[in-house]
Amino acid sequence: MSDFKKSDSQVKQGTLLAWFDKRYPLVSTWNEHVGEYYAPKNFNFWYFFGSLALIVLVNQFVTGIWLTMSYKPSALEAFNSVEYIMRDVEWGWLIRYMHSTGASAFFIVIYLHMTRGLLYGSYKEPRELVWIIGMLLFLVLMAEAFMGYLLPWGQMSYWGAQVIISLFGAIPLIGPDLALWVRGDFVISDATLNRFFALHVIALPMVLLILVFMHIVALHQVGSNNPDGIEIKKVKNAHGLPMDGIPFHPYYSVKDSMGAVFFMVIFAAVLFYMPEGGGYFIEPPNFEPANPLKTPDHIAPVWYFTPFYAILRAIPDKFLGVVAMGAAIAVLFAMPWLDRCKVKSIRYRGMSFKILLTVLIVSFVVLGWLGTQPSTPELTKLAQIFTALYFMFFLVLPFTSKYEKTKPVPERVQ
Amino acid sequence: MSTEEQNVSSVNLQRRKILTGATGVVGATGATFLAVPFVSSWQPSEKAKAAGAPVNADVSQLQPGQMLTVSWRGKPVWVVRRTPEMVSGLAPLEGELRDPASEESEQPEYCQNPSRAINSEFLVVVGICTHLGCAPLYRPAIGSPDVGADWQGGFFCPCHGSRFDLAGRVFQSVPAPTNLEIPPHHYLSDSIIRIGEEATEGEA
Repeated sequence: MSDFKKSDSQVKQGTLLAWFDKRYPLVSTWNEHVGEYYAPKNFNFWYFFGSLALIVLVNQFVTGIWLTMSYKPSALEAFNSVEYIMRDVEWGWLIRYMHSTGASAFFIVIYLHMTRGLLYGSYKEPRELVWIIGMLLFLVLMAEAFMGYLLPWGQMSYWGAQVIISLFGAIPLIGPDLALWVRGDFVISDATLNRFFALHVIALPMVLLILVFMHIVALHQVGSNNPDGIEIKKVKNAHGLPMDGIPFHPYYSVKDSMGAVFFMVIFAAVLFYMPEGGGYFIEPPNFEPANPLKTPDHIAPVWYFTPFYAILRAIPDKFLGVVAMGAAIAVLFAMPWLDRCKVKSIRYRGMSFKILLTVLIVSFVVLGWLGTQPSTPELTKLAQIFTALYFMFFLVLPFTSKYEKTKPVPERVQ
Repeated sequence: MSTEEQNVSSVNLQRRKILTGATGVVGATGATFLAVPFVSSWQPSEKAKAAGAPVNADVSQLQPGQMLTVSWRGKPVWVVRRTPEMVSGLAPLEGELRDPASEESEQPEYCQNPSRAINSEFLVVVGICTHLGCAPLYRPAIGSPDVGADWQGGFFCPCHGSRFDLAGRVFQSVPAPTNLEIPPHHYLSDSIIRIGEEATEGEA
C-alpha cells in the first residue's frame, strides 16, 4: 500500500503522539491498515463476515480465558467442573454459553465468509495467498473446535473424539501407532483430555492469531476484492488514490459496527433463548458424563463437521472414506488454480459457473443434514450421490471455466 | 566502484556459503535431536502402560446367551456365553462374511478357528468396532428389522452401521474392514478367564 501513503507525517511536533511515533511506527501502521486503507466503495452485506469473524474470535478468547479459571482438565473432574461453572460460578452459565454458542457462530460466519469468496472470485489472482491463508485458518479452526468439544467430557465429547482420532488409524502402516501417539493411551483417557486442553487453550489459539495477522497483511498488500470483481487500483486520481475506493476508517469501520450490532442482536437471542441450538450446538448425549464402555445409540459430530462426516460415511471403505473426507477439504486449497476463468465476480460469469456453484452449495448443505442423521441404506445412497456432486464441482470447473461465456466487466464501479 | 561492489570483492563468498551451509546442517541436526523429547512425550506414559495389566472375568454366573463386559486397558472386553444354537449358526454365515477364516483380523493363534474362541461356548472379544472405535451393541435376538431382515444375532455398531456375527466376524459391505479383535486370554479355571495375557507354560 506504499503507493497510497502520504509523503509527510502529519503528526504535530512536541506532542505525546510524536514522541511515540518516533519510537514506534504508530501513525504509519494505522494509516496503512485503517486510516488510509482504501477499500472498494461497493461492499455489500457479504463483506460484514470478515469483521464479524474477528469479533467472534475476540469473544472466544475472552470467554475462553474466563472458563479456564474454573475448568479442571482431568477425566475425573472435567464433567463436574463444567456443571460447577453452569450452576455455581457467578454468571458462569453465561460465559460458558457465550463460548459454546460462539463456536457455532464462528463456523456460521466463516462458512458465509468463504461463500462470499466463491461468489466474487476473491481467491483469484492476485489474492491466492489470502485464500490459502484463510483455508489454513479454517483447518486450524476445525482442530480448535474439535479439541474444545472433548473438554466437557460428556458422552458425545468422548465418542466423537474416539471416532475422529481413529481416523488416523486408517492410514496404512503408521496409522495405529499414530492414533496411539495422539491419544497418549490405548483409549481416549485423562492423558488425551489434558493434552487437548493444552492445545485448545495455548497452542492453537496462538497459531490462529498469527494466521489472522497474516491473512490481513496479505489482504492489505493486494487490496480487497468487491462484488463486481473490479481491481480498484487500476484507476487512480492525481493523488495516486483509487477512484473507486474509500478509506476503511471511518467509512467501513462505521458500516462494520452496524453489522456487528445486527450480529450481536441475533447472537444474544440465540444465547438467551436457545443456547444449545436445538441440540445442534451442544448435543443431548453430552449432558451425560463420558462412559468408555458404552457408545451412545446415535453419534453425530457437531453440525459444522457434518458435511465432511457424511462424506466419510458415504464411502464403504475405511481408508478411502478418510481419504475422501480429507480431499473434500484439501481440494478447496486449489480453487485459485482450478477456476481458470479471468472474470472474478459471479455477476459477470457464465451460466456454467452459476449452476456448478449452486450444485456445490446445495450438496454441502444436504451433506450437512445427512451427517446429522443415523446411517440407513437409503440415506447412505443419498450421501453417495451428493458426495459425487460435491467433487464434481472441482472436477468439472477447470474445463468449463476455461471456455466460459462471460459478460463484459465494467472498468469502474458503477 | 560502489560500496556494494567493494564489499563483494573483499569477501570470499565461496567460503561464506560453505560456512552458512555447515551451520545450517549442524543446527538442523540439533533441532531434530531436540524434537525427540517433545515428540516422545506424547507416547503412552509408564502409568498408562501399567494400566494394561490383565483382568479376570468370572463367568460362573453367566447364563447362556448373556454377555458380560469387563474393562481392560480402558477398553470394553465382552465375554459372551454362546448357546449351542448360536455356535452352530456361525458356519452357514460364512458366505456373507468379509473374513470368515479370520486371516486379516487380529486374534491370538489359538483363537483363529471357526468359533474364534478357546472354548467355543465363551466368546472373548474387544468391544471396539474396527472401523472407527465405537462400542457396538450386542443384539442376540434373531430377525431384528432395524439391523437387517435375516439377522441371525450378533453385534451392530450404531455409529456407521457395521455388523458382526456372534464370533465377532464382520459382514460384507459394511465400513468395518476386519473382524473384532480377540484379546490374548486363557482360562485360570472353568469359570475364571484371565484377559490380557497368554497362558504360561504348564497351564492349560
